Amino acid sequence: MKLLFYISIFILSFSSCRKIEIVVPSEYELIGDGIQPDADPVGMYLVNEGNMGSNKCTLDYLDFVNGYYIRNLYSERNPDVVKELGDVGNDIQIYGSKLYVVVNCSHKVEVLDAKTGVRISQVDIPNCRYIRFYRGKAYVTSYVGPVQIDPDAPQGAVYRVDTASLKVEAKVTVGYQPDELTVLGEYLYVANSGGYRAPDYDNTVSVIELERFKQVQKIPVGINLHRIRADKYGKLWVTSRGDYNTIHSNLYVLEKRPGYTEMVVTDTLNIPCSNLWIDDDCLYYYSTEWNNNTQSNTIGYGVIDIRTKKVIRDSFISDGTEKDIKIPYGIAVHPVTKDIYVTDAKNYVSSGTLYCYDQDGFQKWGVRTGDIPAHMVFVNKEE
Amino acid sequence: MMLGICPLWVYAQSRLDSIQHLDEITVVAKSFREVIPSQKLSGKELQKLNSHSVADALRYFSGVQLKDYGGVGGIKTVNIRSMGTNHMGVFYDGIELSNAQNGQVDLGMYSLDNIEEISLYNGQKSEIFQSAKDFGAAGTLYLRSRRPKFEDGKNTNLRATMKAGSFDVINPSALFEYKISENVAASFSAEWLNASGKYKFRYRRVNPAGEIAYDTTAVRENGDINATRLEAGLYGTIERGTWNAKVYNYNSERGIPGAIVNNVWRRGERVWDTNSFFQGSFVKEVNDQFKTQVNAKYAFYRTHYVNNDDKLIEVDNLYKQREVYVSTANMYTIFPFWDVSMSYDFQWNEMKADMYGFVFPTRFTNLLSIATALRLGKVKLQGSGLATFVNDRVKEGPAPKARQILTPAVFLSYKLFDKHDFSLRAFYKKTFRMPTFNDLYYADMGNSKLDPEYVTQYNLGTVYQKQWGNKLFRHFKIQADGYYNYVKDKIIAYPKGQQFRWTMLNLGKVKIRGVDISTETMINPWKDLFITMKVQYTYQKAQDYTDPSDNYYKDQIPYIPWHSGSAIAQASYKGWDLNYSFIYVGERYNQQENIKYNYTQPWYTSDISLSKEFKMKFGSLKASLEVNNLLSQDYDVILNYPMPKRNYRASLTVEL
Repeated sequence: MKLLFYISIFILSFSSCRKIEIVVPSEYELIGDGIQPDADPVGMYLVNEGNMGSNKCTLDYLDFVNGYYIRNLYSERNPDVVKELGDVGNDIQIYGSKLYVVVNCSHKVEVLDAKTGVRISQVDIPNCRYIRFYRGKAYVTSYVGPVQIDPDAPQGAVYRVDTASLKVEAKVTVGYQPDELTVLGEYLYVANSGGYRAPDYDNTVSVIELERFKQVQKIPVGINLHRIRADKYGKLWVTSRGDYNTIHSNLYVLEKRPGYTEMVVTDTLNIPCSNLWIDDDCLYYYSTEWNNNTQSNTIGYGVIDIRTKKVIRDSFISDGTEKDIKIPYGIAVHPVTKDIYVTDAKNYVSSGTLYCYDQDGFQKWGVRTGDIPAHMVFVNKEE
Repeated sequence: MMLGICPLWVYAQSRLDSIQHLDEITVVAKSFREVIPSQKLSGKELQKLNSHSVADALRYFSGVQLKDYGGVGGIKTVNIRSMGTNHMGVFYDGIELSNAQNGQVDLGMYSLDNIEEISLYNGQKSEIFQSAKDFGAAGTLYLRSRRPKFEDGKNTNLRATMKAGSFDVINPSALFEYKISENVAASFSAEWLNASGKYKFRYRRVNPAGEIAYDTTAVRENGDINATRLEAGLYGTIERGTWNAKVYNYNSERGIPGAIVNNVWRRGERVWDTNSFFQGSFVKEVNDQFKTQVNAKYAFYRTHYVNNDDKLIEVDNLYKQREVYVSTANMYTIFPFWDVSMSYDFQWNEMKADMYGFVFPTRFTNLLSIATALRLGKVKLQGSGLATFVNDRVKEGPAPKARQILTPAVFLSYKLFDKHDFSLRAFYKKTFRMPTFNDLYYADMGNSKLDPEYVTQYNLGTVYQKQWGNKLFRHFKIQADGYYNYVKDKIIAYPKGQQFRWTMLNLGKVKIRGVDISTETMINPWKDLFITMKVQYTYQKAQDYTDPSDNYYKDQIPYIPWHSGSAIAQASYKGWDLNYSFIYVGERYNQQENIKYNYTQPWYTSDISLSKEFKMKFGSLKASLEVNNLLSQDYDVILNYPMPKRNYRASLTVEL
């Protein structure tokens, strides 16, 4: 009996009780760049996707002015939001004074003040993926289109949101499971993946006339499209994921033929490409492809001259530190310093790392991020 | 990208002479031969716990971690000594319940209504007269259903129970037993469970200044269940032997409540399960030296999974599994102190699914075991070796290579004194688990090159017990074990290519060091008042040793608390029973990395129940009332799967 009593005491003394649950605080960490009072851009937001179902989409901020990195800024700035930023972040962009975070599995676009990170509003869009802007409107791709009679084939849509009222104004049906989109001229180009329909992937880029907000054309490109970026020469750079099996990821260039208004595929570069960032005349890219024979990922990095469409450097990392990166997952290039930021998502369920490389490819520093660091946007100095 | 969606988702073959009479099955008789005693909950003690399913009852065992996704229909799996759910063998009336698809048995599906005893063994049941499969798991759980027994002059038993309570639970069940002849009895059992599964849960956070940041109470949706269980059995005795045959059918439709995340409070996943099996067992003592046992089973599982969420990918998949199993176990007693045994099992599994690119795997498993048991005075010794041969066939794509694996086990116990029941025990056991059909073949994720996952266990422990006659103390028992487990080639999900795409690889290494302590005592302070108390405590350090470059290297693995324990106090007085139970699960992390962003709070709940049995002319009547989570704690066992606040249940049982 006594023994039993002692054991109970033993258990109670060892076991800690529940604490009041505090909103998860931010963490500040110094990076090696030092203080730069005149830095412009002033900083860079990074959204960590968080694994599906974990509700661990978080927002980090790299402060160039003060030279530190802030982890998990959102819940510190917005402690009263129930269940924080949400589940699976998928894109981040700035337009005007507002920061837009697309939170895929929370089916919303979170709108924050770009300077402070304080919440302004949210726009509910089901299964939203990427966001771009044009003349006061935001355009958001969504895997969910009209609810059709055939449940096997719901096409995706692009939603148009007014950036002043933050209300959905209209939507237009595009291809299957649209991912990235971009504005070029008077048109919006949307990369359709068809990822829910494997193996019958979509292979088209939808062309939407912005004025009438109507899909006017579908351009066949390659299966399972993902990224689409416009360059300053009027070209479109489109990536495909392939079927993860026999058809590899690829990079395509679309241009207008002389005398025509329609874009067509002019080049298939046969370079696997998971993600890219265009800065000046350079296109920085990386690729990650699973190799069934070696049971490992094959990872590549490179730089393409967008004028010649030729690979000018077969890696932008020159000090051998690419082996530190398990799964590259995001890329951004500083418009002024030309520093290259690459994120490592590691095993998707632990903290990732943000690495900074100088333009010669030497690693400057690395900093711990949230889970699956992925999407980055620079914050320009206010005029 | 959400392409990788995968839905979550005995007995006592003691001395035959003691079970020749169907009337009385004594489990005590067995303990003499046991080298490593088990943890048990049986009979009244089991009934008094506020447990709905087998999974709930297992929370009271030391070394066990339960994964509970919440609610009546929520998935509940157990993990013993942090080795992973797939290393646990679950046996229903002596034959393993297996699931070749994901290797996990959802213990939430097994009602306690017809279960008479649950016993848990670390390593294996230290009995050498058993099928080869019994030697094959790192830990084994035996569920024994009620066997018919008749009082003198009676040839029928009838029991009807009605339970109702929170979550809109309606749960009637009935049992009918009939004595066909002196040597044959039949049993029929049926149960229906219906619940909306709705319950309130609350999320509350404060900011560092101490002000409430948010405080939200919501209702858990899509956790409904409608399930039926039907069981029929025949039990017979023959000259120096017994046999039984049974049919089991479980049918359910469940909502899967899913994770609560920002802006999502309801999901659309549903699952229909049909789980049927037919099994039979025959045991005979041929002579004083030789006894033999034959088991056979045919099982059919059907799972239909649908995701109706119009915001997400439409999923509508049907999975079907079939299993055929036969086993023979034979034991020969060379000398009264020395037994040897040999068992051979054959199992065939097949799985079909209507998914694109499904490979339709079939698996042939042959198991051969040899074992010996020695009792030399104070020393008891058992050794066994199991050879497993696994061969998979697939319709298309590469088939994994055939496997031949040998796994040994040694068990030892030493009684220190003649007069005191105080003994030391130790065991070493090596086991493995085959990659499941999902690990090998699931759509884009599966990897047919996977190797088996191995576990090596070392255990050292002691047990002391004492009984008294007519004194205040009637019984006291304490056991303590320390252990070290090493898991290698652990099958883990590994990211591949881009965007949430995974594959399975043999990458993980885990070292587990733990201590289990459990004690029980019974006191008789006054006349007919008896008080039973049980306390158990587990300490576990389960560290990830996969790769020194990982930022979670040597961190505690997810969802394993360092400290956990439970306490039960039961008082009975003239047909009245009062039960109080307390469960504590300490702080833990919900992901591999032990950082504050992954921290999960401890939780502890108190449950109480009061029941009274009335003797009537026609038989007996028992009424009981339960309150669970008495202090209404808001907790998650699994991140984003909130558990119910305080809830109630009442039940009425009539026995004729």
